[in-house]
Amino acid sequence: MSEVNKSIEKGEWLSVCQESDLIPNIGVGALLGEQQVALFKINNGDIFAIDNYDPFSDANVLSRGICGDIKGQAVVASPIYKQHFNLSTGQCLEDETVKIDVYQVRVINGDVQLANN
Amino acid sequence: MSKQNLVIIGNGMVGQKFLEYMVERDEGKQFNIITFCEESRPAYDRVHLSEFFTGKTAEDLSMVEEGFFENNNITIHIGDKAVKIDLQNKQLISEKGVEIEYDKLVLATGSYPFVPPMPGHDRKDCLVYRTIEDLKQITDAGKRGKVGVVVGGGLLGLECANAVKNLGVETHVVEFAPRLMVVQIDEAGGNMLQRKIEGLGVSVHTSKNTTEIIDGETHQHKMVFADGESLETDMIVFSAGIRPRDELAKDCGLDVGQRGGIAVNNQCLTSDEDVYAIGECALWNEQIFGLVGPGNQMAAVVADHLMGTADAAFTGADMSTKLKLMGVDVCSIGDAHGSSQGSLSYSFVDEPNEIYKRIIVSEDKSKLLGSVLIGTSEEYDTLLQYALNGIDLPEHPDDLILPQRDGSGPVGLGVDALPDTAQICSCNNVSKGDLIAAIDGGAMALGDLKECTKAGTTCGGCNVMVGQVLNSELEKRGIEVNTDICEHFPYTRQDLYMLVRTEEIKTFGDLIAKHGSGSGCEVCKPAAASILASCWNEYILKNEHTQLLDTNDRFLANMQKNGTYSIVPRIAGGEITPEKLIVIGEVAKKYNLYTKITGGQRIDLFGARVDQLPPIWEELIAAGFESGHAYAKSLRTVKSCVGSTWCRFGVQDSVKMAIDMENRYKGLRAPHKFKMAVSGCTRECAEAQSKDVGIIATEKGWNLYVCGNGGMKPRHADLFASDLDDETLVKYIDRFYMFYIRTADKLQRTSTWMDNMEGGLEYLQDVIINDRLGIAEELEKEMALVINTYQCEWKTTIEDEKKMKQFRHFVNSDKTDNKVVFVQERNQIRPATTEEEQEYAETA
Ligand code: SRM
Ligand SMILES: Cc1cc2nc3c(=O)[nH]c(=O)nc-3n(C[C@H](O)[C@H](O)[C@H](O)COP(=O)(O)OP(=O)(O)OC[C@H]3O[C@@H](n4cnc5c(N)ncnc54)[C@H](O)[C@@H]3O)c2cc1C
Ligand code: SF4
Ligand code: FES
Repeated sequence: MSEVNKSIEKGEWLSVCQESDLIPNIGVGALLGEQQVALFKINNGDIFAIDNYDPFSDANVLSRGICGDIKGQAVVASPIYKQHFNLSTGQCLEDETVKIDVYQVRVINGDVQLANN
Repeated sequence: MSKQNLVIIGNGMVGQKFLEYMVERDEGKQFNIITFCEESRPAYDRVHLSEFFTGKTAEDLSMVEEGFFENNNITIHIGDKAVKIDLQNKQLISEKGVEIEYDKLVLATGSYPFVPPMPGHDRKDCLVYRTIEDLKQITDAGKRGKVGVVVGGGLLGLECANAVKNLGVETHVVEFAPRLMVVQIDEAGGNMLQRKIEGLGVSVHTSKNTTEIIDGETHQHKMVFADGESLETDMIVFSAGIRPRDELAKDCGLDVGQRGGIAVNNQCLTSDEDVYAIGECALWNEQIFGLVGPGNQMAAVVADHLMGTADAAFTGADMSTKLKLMGVDVCSIGDAHGSSQGSLSYSFVDEPNEIYKRIIVSEDKSKLLGSVLIGTSEEYDTLLQYALNGIDLPEHPDDLILPQRDGSGPVGLGVDALPDTAQICSCNNVSKGDLIAAIDGGAMALGDLKECTKAGTTCGGCNVMVGQVLNSELEKRGIEVNTDICEHFPYTRQDLYMLVRTEEIKTFGDLIAKHGSGSGCEVCKPAAASILASCWNEYILKNEHTQLLDTNDRFLANMQKNGTYSIVPRIAGGEITPEKLIVIGEVAKKYNLYTKITGGQRIDLFGARVDQLPPIWEELIAAGFESGHAYAKSLRTVKSCVGSTWCRFGVQDSVKMAIDMENRYKGLRAPHKFKMAVSGCTRECAEAQSKDVGIIATEKGWNLYVCGNGGMKPRHADLFASDLDDETLVKYIDRFYMFYIRTADKLQRTSTWMDNMEGGLEYLQDVIINDRLGIAEELEKEMALVINTYQCEWKTTIEDEKKMKQFRHFVNSDKTDNKVVFVQERNQIRPATTEEEQEYAETA
């Protein structure tokens, strides 16, 4: 497992885990430098990374939300007050002024890699 | 304008209803309201008086909301009787010497039980049946004696006989007339009823004129009849009709009827223009109304009239009745005797099943005039509406009572056929139009509709129709009551449950592939997880189930506001050894957890990071603890009181029962969480009547209460069955829970489930006790499966390496969440506030 401790440059790719560490629809938390992210692999195999921080509850918990789809968009629901966040854009579905950060994801040789946008 | 004094004499059912109407209508507080209440307690529900014998207390029967008099500035003189009215000076005097001037006076003095003036009627243990005090005396007499006689075979007499029988004494009914319930039903019906009642072990003696009561030889009394026969008994309860309490009115010079009753006009005004009379003491059009419904109608008329509604008028009321007497359905509608000119009748007698039905129709067979039903009440609602609204009868009126051979019930009348004026709830005078107005006002759920119109809240007889009106109205307006659970399934929770059950679906993947679309959401996924668990009870963290779970279920702990979790080990019945207490203390100390005694008689440990959950549970399980399921929609706690083992009042071992119950139902997933409690006697220290299932010990066994709730909208539990032995108790509770799981909506607790159930408590009793739907055995089997497959989820989890790995904050680091910061308060940790967090970040 690669421990990521240094602060990372924009656009730099970093490995966070193996694809096999991810179970469909069950999020995990990961550290990207100092940044907490939430990783999700959904039913069709796509992997998403978004902020782990839930602005509504002021807690780092989004990786523990339930994933699914609302009107065709892949989303996760915050486990605390249940707002939905679009997994590919970070947009909150209940409040258009709230949008959280998303990260690019790629899989190289079974390694899940993230980059800061 | 200065306030006017409005004085009400009598705080019975109708008097109280009148006060409520005035509070509602007199918003400008034009009146200063004063009421006199002769009894030692304010108004209570006389209609359900008999339930006093089956465990209801005086408080349960109370009709007065807490703080009602204080909050509405009403002066009530409890235990004080008005003794004199001075119409000239508009004054009245009470027994305790209160003198008051009134501007308007309302008499709501009710009636008293008629005791035939035979010699010996006032001997010891010769009682009546009207007040809570009367019932206490009957109970005492029942304890002393072996035989009880009820004089009077009318409605009340039979209800009273049932109560006497339940006291465990040999019971007789003595009736002057040649048959039972002469007022309400015809001869054939009366005979059928008599057979049924005798079948229940009550002896019925008709055409018996008691001439005197003297000393008995084998029992306290001997009743001597005019025909020379006699009957010995220890106790006699007179229930031979009621007489209006018009003595005050008569003394002060108001007009009273020849055979009693305070004469009133359509505004319920007496012969004095400032004095009204309502309820059972009032005589309107030479009639007395011995039911609450008409009394309440009068109360509304007077309240309106006082507030200036000139056209408010009482124009008579229907006296049709539907009753369950000793478990026998008895209904009477309109002209039950067929005494109208030229009327014709149809009847149907089914001797083997002891069912009798008769309808009386007009000469041209176009209108229904009356009906009698014994042993069935299915047709009552429909027949009543035909009669009340003058609806044209079908071509063959007998179709209304003849059984259909294909098993479907008799031809019904849809609620749509009723005019808006049709009265649906006679107790509270709610018409179909009133219901529709409330639905327009937003009451779209049965519970809301009942709450805002009061329909169905008195005798409950109209519940089914109220439900039908609601459904048909919603449908008609095309208000699509979208009951789909969410966008992924075109089904309700109940539908999904039946699909999972009947098609033996074991995973969410299968369920959505077969019956849904998309990939699910936080609504359908936890609901499906709960259904799958209720049906098959597999390990909840099995891979295919984990993704369905809310975070609390997924980490088998409740998430707190800062993302940490709490830990609640099961402490069944609240009983815990010192050794185990020490373990909890040691674990809390080691992991620096906040500890608190919960409201559910156990201990909660707060502030554990997700990665600390497995080691903490490892230690707890090693010490013999198991999951308390505080995170799940399942059984929480079964509270107990110390019971007969220690308490000087206890009559059963409530702790043992609570522990057994908790172990039986622990882990059972349901639409919502559910709670139980067991008390060792009626003092009810475990607060069982506020639980989904409450159990209270009696001398003979257990009383079972269901569908109580604390929380946001408290609801007192309903008494479901009395004096059960252990085995029957468990059987009923098994069926009850499984039926709830089958039919409740998602996240619906048993209290709202009950409030929305068509047919209410009686229906539920019919399903659970009488097995009306023929599913009792199935329900028990389903429960047995769950009980036999119980596992402690935490134990299974800590034994599984792979699962343990899921309890990490980061997949790529052993670091912990830097946002979780605690500060100390009262010698324990608590989450830091935002400011404290910032301070911490700056100094760190
Ligand atoms: C810990 C405790 C408070 C305490 O310190 O005493 C508690 C704590 C919570 N209650 Fe409670 N309730 C606790 C006893 C009660 C009681 C009292 C009782 O059970 O005798 C009630 C009222 C009784 C009832 O439920 O009818 C109660 C009515 C609620 C409600 C309102 C339910 C309702 O039908 O209105 C909720 C909200 C819900 O369930 O949707 C709730 C929800 C919660 C949750 C789970 C809120 C949440 O989702 O985070 C709280 C978190 C508990 C945790 O983190 O462990 N809690 N809660 C009590 C735990 C008892 C136990 O040992 O399991
Ligand atoms: C066992 C039983 C079962 C019943 N079942 C049904 C049923 O199923 N359906 C139904 O519709 N009806 C039923 N009834 C009838 C129903 O209870 C009455 O119709 C209703 O209570 C009448 O209300 P009321 O206010 O007129 O009289 P009450 O409820 O009798 O109230 C009158 C009150 O006035 C008080 N009072 C009298 N004089 C004075 C005075 N001078 N000063 C101060 N206070 C005074 C009395 O003490 C009493 O408390 C039943 C009655 C009984 C007893
Ligand atoms: S409910 Fe009864 S038995 Fe239980 S503690 Fe209270 S008084 Fe004692
Ligand atoms: S008819 Fe009695 S509650 Fe409606």
